[in-house]
Amino acid sequence: MATKSLLARKDDLANTEKQLEFLSDGIFANGELPTFKDKIAKTGHFPLKPKKLEILQINVGYMCNQVCSHCHVDAGPDRKEIMTRDTMKQCLEVIRKTGAHTLDLTGGAPEMNPDFKWFVEEASKAGIKDFIVRSNLTIIRANKKYYDLPEFFKKYNVHVISSMPYYKREKTDKQRGDGVFDKSIKALQMLNEVGYGVEGSSLRLDLVYNPSGAYLPGDQAALEHDFKIALKEDFNIDFHNLFAITNLPVSRFLEYLIASDNYEDYMYALVEAYNPMAVENVMCTNTLSISWDGWLYDCDFNQMLGLKVASKVKHISEYNEDLLQNRNIIISQHCYGCTAGAGSSCQGTVA
Amino acid sequence: MQKTYYDPADLRKFGNITEWNEELGNKFFEYYGKVFEEGNLSSREKSLIALAVSHVVQCPYCIDAYTKSGLQKGVTKEEMMEAVHVGAAIKSGATLVHGVQMMNKYDKLSM
Repeated sequence: MATKSLLARKDDLANTEKQLEFLSDGIFANGELPTFKDKIAKTGHFPLKPKKLEILQINVGYMCNQVCSHCHVDAGPDRKEIMTRDTMKQCLEVIRKTGAHTLDLTGGAPEMNPDFKWFVEEASKAGIKDFIVRSNLTIIRANKKYYDLPEFFKKYNVHVISSMPYYKREKTDKQRGDGVFDKSIKALQMLNEVGYGVEGSSLRLDLVYNPSGAYLPGDQAALEHDFKIALKEDFNIDFHNLFAITNLPVSRFLEYLIASDNYEDYMYALVEAYNPMAVENVMCTNTLSISWDGWLYDCDFNQMLGLKVASKVKHISEYNEDLLQNRNIIISQHCYGCTAGAGSSCQGTVA
Repeated sequence: MQKTYYDPADLRKFGNITEWNEELGNKFFEYYGKVFEEGNLSSREKSLIALAVSHVVQCPYCIDAYTKSGLQKGVTKEEMMEAVHVGAAIKSGATLVHGVQMMNKYDKLSM
């Protein structure tokens, strides 16, 4: 269990170029496994192009109250990158004119941005009706100033998507840190109390499951079934859906794969599970990712690898949706994570 | 030539057995895939049975594969170990029940 980010540890992998080098070297350089480009070219998907833009995913900062061992953001308390109100204003300008209907707020812990609530209020005024907040749950219990978050979410009908790696304490705490499980359970109960996740409620509460180790997620529906029974029986917790998300070999998860000597097997498993049907619906085809400092990316993973969009327009300040829609999506071997099996996106499986 | 009988990386090459006999290889993998589909038994239950059998037949490839399969299906380590004990109990039971044969033979041969 890491206690500091790669960046704070001055680890080689904090350098995104090192990560990209690693992902192109070895088994991909010697031809043992096909590159993602070659693989999608064979199924007629190269170059990968955007479809209709539906979601603006804004990363409001890399600061987080947790240091999860699988985090692709390399987030943690030591990360100081936080979106300023000025950049948020630029985002609001875009929100007023975009064709996207959903605003997806992520981080770090997005709630730790001091202007988080202001931004949600202003985005609501700007016409956003479909809000998503990717909450790590424990933030709701981290400090008294966050206790009112469930009520705040309710006021703006925010769709809460929460990380919950497992319905048992041991695996959760191993991946996310001691005490995370109990705090997450308490936070889920608080969300249930204000009406989130209850059957028939319009206040959506979905959980995100991602494996605690070097293996792919199992069947989403079967896992959802197990989670529902266990959380209801043990803690009287209700939620709507479970999204099974594959860990991508980026940042701290890549560090873990290398350190545990699982990298090659994991990449083999991803490549073997390649599903052309999943490529049709990968999230980079309907999402645009914006970083804390206003740069534009095809997805949050590309953001963490420093791969800005391949377009004349690269920054929110010069946003032009028509130009951006004409771009080719940037790919590398980490993309296999989104096309394995039933596929993986921030909304779970896609095929 | 490798100096050990088992190489973990060989598991990835399992599919290659079709190269030397495509028809039988394909038939096997089709059958194998069908067996593990959701049926009257869930694929989770089948995975646990496979794990227990893997230990009984002492197949290191199978143990790797069905430990990972169990993790994917949310099987706990306690459940996995119980399954291994079920396999071990049957295996030791199968040894011990032959003790009856030994006793029968002993009695028959003895005056």
